Amino acid sequence: MAEVIKTATRDAYGKALVELGEKNKNVVVLDADLAAATKTGAFKKAFPERFFDTGIAESNMMSLAGGLATTGYTVFASTFAMFAAGRAFEQVRNTIAYPHLNVKIGATHAGISVGEDGASHQCCEDIALMRSIPGMVIINPADDIEARAAVFAAAEHDGPVYMRFGRLAVPRVFDENYKFEIGKAVTLEEGTDVTIIATGLMVNEAIEATKALKAEGISVELINMHTIKPLDKETVIKAAKKTGCIVTAEEHNVIGGLGSAVSEAVCEECPVPVVKVGVNDTFGKSGPAVDLLHIYGLDAENIVKHAKIAISKK
Amino acid sequence: MDINAKKELSKIAVNVRKGIIEGTFNAKSGHPGGSLSIAEVLTYLYFKEMNVDPEKPVMEERDRFVLSKGHAAPALYAVMAHRGFFPVEELKTLRKVDSKLQGHPSMRYLEGVDISTGSLGQGISAACGMALGSKLKGDTFRVYTILGDGEIQEGQVWEAAMYASAKKLDNLVAVIDNNNLQIDGSVEEVNSPYPIPEKFKAFGWNVIEIDAHDFEQIEAAFKQARECKGKPTAIVQKSVKGKGISFMENQVSWHGSAPNAEQYEAAIKELDALLEELEG
Repeated sequence: MAEVIKTATRDAYGKALVELGEKNKNVVVLDADLAAATKTGAFKKAFPERFFDTGIAESNMMSLAGGLATTGYTVFASTFAMFAAGRAFEQVRNTIAYPHLNVKIGATHAGISVGEDGASHQCCEDIALMRSIPGMVIINPADDIEARAAVFAAAEHDGPVYMRFGRLAVPRVFDENYKFEIGKAVTLEEGTDVTIIATGLMVNEAIEATKALKAEGISVELINMHTIKPLDKETVIKAAKKTGCIVTAEEHNVIGGLGSAVSEAVCEECPVPVVKVGVNDTFGKSGPAVDLLHIYGLDAENIVKHAKIAISKK
Repeated sequence: MDINAKKELSKIAVNVRKGIIEGTFNAKSGHPGGSLSIAEVLTYLYFKEMNVDPEKPVMEERDRFVLSKGHAAPALYAVMAHRGFFPVEELKTLRKVDSKLQGHPSMRYLEGVDISTGSLGQGISAACGMALGSKLKGDTFRVYTILGDGEIQEGQVWEAAMYASAKKLDNLVAVIDNNNLQIDGSVEEVNSPYPIPEKFKAFGWNVIEIDAHDFEQIEAAFKQARECKGKPTAIVQKSVKGKGISFMENQVSWHGSAPNAEQYEAAIKELDALLEELEG
């Protein structure tokens, strides 16, 4: 068996920025003293004239990104998810999204998998925050291939985009031929008993869960929802009608994230039970990322358990 | 400054004040006080200082303007109308449904607004971004922003102030409109930002202090700002909130309330008398 490639999506982000920067001279990158961690340092090295560090001042960085974008540049602004979506929420809302400017937010260190730094840095609320802003696109890539694709798609997209990257190295799920389109979910497996809709690093867990469920004779429709906004409602509704129940899986609070978005979609069109796997409205804590993921139920085993609960609710 | 040029600018500033009154009266809301205090500096910017063309409101090489104190939108709209960006008559649509003239300036509603503002403290950061954009293009345009003295209580202003001087954004000019009043009272009582010039000096800015209602001082300040290399410029202008209308001057109550019909008549009468005097 070939060895599984593991890469953090933040690493893929940094590399993709360099690749994009070579092709597109209009790309400018901002960071707030975290270039080494967000991996924009690679871009800084390659294109120092198009890289600007605002220092530890995320609010200034986001408003500045908006102003810079008005002069015709495609601006990638990077910091940790906690500060991008949390601290600078209002700057993103008022000086980027309201004027609908070409600022692409590269938010790294999202979720519990930040690990040892603990709850102050483990942002599990960013999707909820960003989802409430009109016109914001939210992409939560599952692996390095998808992270790279997200960067290129974001650059092409007209308007603001929030990209959510992780610190932890995660297994590669897709191959080099993977086709990515903003707002278009990817059905990885077709089935009839239960739908699993996963995003980010939970996609790999959902793949493992699907294997386990299949082994038990349960037929699974598995969907990778890389774009949380705009949500691919068509794919969600189709799967809801087909399987009659849904499990969502995300490394985010169960309030306001993928689970909420899916629930909102099915409520209106085709009400079926939606069971959410995610961070259960609690703060994280310090510890190795992999351990924390298990502690908070962000693993294949918990998806399997909740898939069965979802089926029982049909 | 040539006496006729000064007279012309003074007349425009009075017309801008009439526009502010016209707008806020028709809207039955808005912020006349802090709009009236920046009538001269905005007039100078749009009629003398900035490279703008109302026929080509989004031409790439235009100088940029950011109204960081976005609630003074009635003043910006009035000066833009008189400069020819849109008909003066439209000032009456301020704050109405489907008007280009949103309560706070929006670039998506009105062409010629270089960025949407309204939430205090963010405009100066956006102006830094524009100044950086200009530098990237080879210093092709200058960037101007106006902040309120209450606004500089926002911490983000100082993030931007630190950044602008650290990155030597000498194509950026920030006017601080020091009318000494904010909603809850005098800026000193609420949370004193004083001394303002010293703060900007400490942040590495070229600082110029002027009388906000004196065109000669305004002109000299912007000329000096152009000559200053390696530093952004802060023009701290001592102004009178409600300037030009006797019963509005230095009254905090006129920060965010519109004149009624009687007050409107009285204000227009005072401004018309002033115009007559200037024309006579």
